[in-house]
Order: sequence, then structure tokens, then C-alpha cells
Amino acid sequence: MTISKKHLVGTTGLLISVLSIPLLTTSMAFAADAGNAVAEGKDLAFDRKKGNCLSCHMIEDGASPGNIAPPLIAMKARFPDKAKLRAQIWDATAANPDSPMPPFGKHQVISDAELDKIVEYVWTL
Amino acid sequence: MKKIVLMTTALLMVVGFSNAVMASPEEDRQIFLNFYKERFPNVPQDDYINGVYAIDPVGRENWEAIEEFPPYETAIDAGKSMWDTAFANGKTYSDCFPDGPAIMSKYPHWNKEKGSVITLPLALNACREANGEKPLKYNKGAIANIVSYIAYESRDQVTNVVIPKDDPRALEAYEMGKKFYFTKRGQLNFSCANCHLQNVGMVLRTEILGPAVGQTTHWPVYRSKWGEMGTLHRRFKGCNEQVRAKAFKPHGEEYRNLEYFLTYQSNNLPLNGPGARK
Ligand code: HEC
Ligand code: HEC
Repeated sequence: MTISKKHLVGTTGLLISVLSIPLLTTSMAFAADAGNAVAEGKDLAFDRKKGNCLSCHMIEDGASPGNIAPPLIAMKARFPDKAKLRAQIWDATAANPDSPMPPFGKHQVISDAELDKIVEYVWTL
Repeated sequence: MKKIVLMTTALLMVVGFSNAVMASPEEDRQIFLNFYKERFPNVPQDDYINGVYAIDPVGRENWEAIEEFPPYETAIDAGKSMWDTAFANGKTYSDCFPDGPAIMSKYPHWNKEKGSVITLPLALNACREANGEKPLKYNKGAIANIVSYIAYESRDQVTNVVIPKDDPRALEAYEMGKKFYFTKRGQLNFSCANCHLQNVGMVLRTEILGPAVGQTTHWPVYRSKWGEMGTLHRRFKGCNEQVRAKAFKPHGEEYRNLEYFLTYQSNNLPLNGPGARK
């Protein structure tokens, strides 16, 4: 049981890293437009139909946050590697199969372009 | 399939169900109870019949005010007149349910001949059809009225789900319900257990997540958000849809087995339906 579980996580992890290579290129295209991306990312993160991150995370001035998840603060310190942050939002269950956090990228809750903007925003927190 | 089992196993371990994959229903029930007791040491066991209000003192105040003029009273009255009114053929519900109307604690139960779990709404519709009447729709309306009346008349009973030993399919149905409970679903990828076990008592935006034990004792429910009465399976549907999963058919096999599993976890708790929720 334990062995096959490891195997499963391993494959998922691999899949993510393969998939994130083209996606990272996309996010570089946005770098020029970083200011906008941050503002748009914030809207996407707060939008109940998109990220709806506030339903679980406390985020700076966001109203009535949930408390299921750790507050999103000091993100650069906790995620020096932006790709790791992106991977967490793309599919939180890769790192923690029990995570209640929706696999936003993997299940296409938000598009890749939207995800990139959210990452830009969250990285400023 | 294998993946689902693995995920389930993982969550079971997180919440202390380490040996529960093979646990008996009675062991499951104890694990649920102990889990909540550890999280909410001051909540008396019988208070779980009040759902999320057992652990939410602020919500409870509003709810107690609502209960002073119960919004489900008209449903009970409408249900009573359904019970008392003869079908076109002259027979009544009492002809199908000679012990009724106080029969809530007999459901859900395993039916060996049919090889399936029978819920109260299924039995009511079977009675109607046997007497040449159209079956009722399952989520709201007339079905919620008659079940409200039966629930009210059964208020002195306790939950008593039995898993008969003489038919292994009964335990299988329970196990299917349990698996359903722990399986992540929908675009947002939640299992019932993610919300009502793992994150119980936590706040999801503005909603406090209530415990699974006691969730079945008080149906149907007048829900302010609905502005009307709804049945247990309507709530299952809502909880599936809020994670963008497709809801299953009310009283179809999946939800029947889910009800069997979930109601078992409330065994020995008093029945206090119908109820009111925000
Ligand atoms: C339904 C709950 C839920 C939602 C919605 C949610 N998260 Fe999470 N998130 C969690 C939980 C719980 C954790 C803790 C680690 C874990 O279980 O994965 C977490 C962890 C994280 C982490 C890692 C934090 C750390 O310090 O390790 C980041 C970053 C994050 N979430 C970002 C987001 C963003 C951005 C969104 C919205 C696009 C979001 N989350 C939506 C539940 C949620
Ligand atoms: C995303 C979170 C979430 C998921 C997943 C979820 N629920 Fe719920 N559920 C809630 C919230 C919030 C409420 C309202 C507060 C409460 O009563 O717990 C609720 C209420 C309920 C109620 C009514 C309780 C009462 O006393 O009236 C039942 C029954 C229920 N859920 C069963 C389920 C089942 C079965 C599943 C899986 C099929 C499920 N839930 C999945 C969040 C969830």
C-alpha cells in the first residue's frame, strides 16, 4: 500500500513538472506587465467564482475570510522559489493528498494565464 | 479506482481512522464520536442533534429565536392532512404503515428481498404507487410535508440503524456509503469528510462546518437560504454541487447507501425533526 502510494505521488509530481515548463514561459511574458498582473491577480484571488482564496485563507484587506488554511503572509520568505508557489496553487494535493485546497490548475478551475496572475499577486503578500 | 482508495486511506489516517479502513460500523461510530469529543470537549453527546449549532454559540442564539415560531409548522400540518386524507381508491397511508405515523426510527433500513437500503421517502412513494397514486418528487414540496409530520410524531424515538448480519450485502451497502463519504469529488475536489470531519468547526468563508454526527436526526429542514423545506437528499445534492460535482439521483443507490452510512453514525441520538437552519 505505502509503496504504491509513493509511486502515485511521484508520478503526479513528475507530471506537474513536465507541464509547468511551458507554463513558466507564459509567466515570463507577463513579467513586463507585472504591475497590472498583480492587480488583476488580486481580483482573481478574491473573486468567488475564480480563486475564492478568502473562503479558506486570511489575505491582507480581504473581508470575512475563512480560517481553514494558513494566512497568506510573508510569501516570498516562505516560497523563495516562485515555481513552488505556482505548483501549490496548481495542485495542492500533489504535496498533501488530504489537502482540502482545490487543485486550481489541474482541475481547470482557473486558466493558466489567470493562475500566473494570482501567483504574481500572492508573491507580493 | 485504486487512486480513490489510496486517497481515502490517507484522509482516514489524518483524522485518526488509521485502522478504520477495515473497521466495523460500530468502530466507525466510536471513531467519529471520539474525534469530535477531542475537538469539542465541552459539547454533550446529545447536543450533536442540533447540528452546527452545537458548536456555534452565535448562530445558536439566532436559531433559538427562530425555533420560537418554527418555520416548519405549516409543513407538519400539511403532512398531517396528507396522512389523514384517503387516496382515490379509499385507502390511506395507514394501510401501508399500520404502526405509523411515528415510524421515523425504522428508516433507513436494509431490505433483504429488494437487496437494497430503503429510505422513508422511498417507502412512502412505494405506498402511493401501490395505491394507484403518482410518486412525489423527492427534494421538496409534498414529500417534505409528509416526512415533516412523520418526523414530528417520532420525536420521542432514537436513531437506530441496523446492519443485519444475515445478509452480507447490507454491510457492503454501508461500506459503499462510507467510501462515498471519503471520496474527493468535483472540480473543487472535496470529500464530505474534508469539510465535516477534517475541517469541522473551521470557517469556510462565512459558514461554520458542522459535525457529521447528528446531521441526520432533524429532517426535513426549513432552510432560510432555500426559503422553504427541503429533504436530506436535497442537502446531499447541495453539498455535492457546491464543490462543482454532479449531484446524484435522490434515493438512487449512491445516496441511499450514503444515508445508511451517515445515519448509522447518529445511532442512539434522539430524533428531533423537522428542523430549521440558516
Ligand atoms: C478550501 C480551502 C482552500 C482554498 C479555497 C484555498 N486554499 Fe490554499 N491552502 C489550503 C490549506 C488547508 C493549506 C495548507 C496546506 C495544504 O493542506 O495544502 C493551503 C496552503 C496554501 C499555500 C501554502 C502556504 C504555506 O505556507 O505552506 C498557498 C501559497 C496557498 N494555499 C494559496 C492559495 C491561493 C492563492 C488560493 C486561491 C487561488 C487558495 N490557496 C485557495 C486551503 C485552501
Ligand atoms: C465544501 C464544504 C462541504 C462539503 C464538501 C460538504 N459539505 Fe455538507 N455542509 C457544508 C456546510 C458549510 C454546511 C452548513 C453548515 C453545517 O450544517 O455544517 C453543510 C451542511 C450539511 C448537512 C446539513 C446539516 C444540518 O444539520 O442541517 C448535511 C446533512 C451535509 N452537509 C452532508 C454532507 C455530505 C453527505 C457531503 C458529501 C456528499 C457533504 N456534506 C459535503 C459544507 C460542505
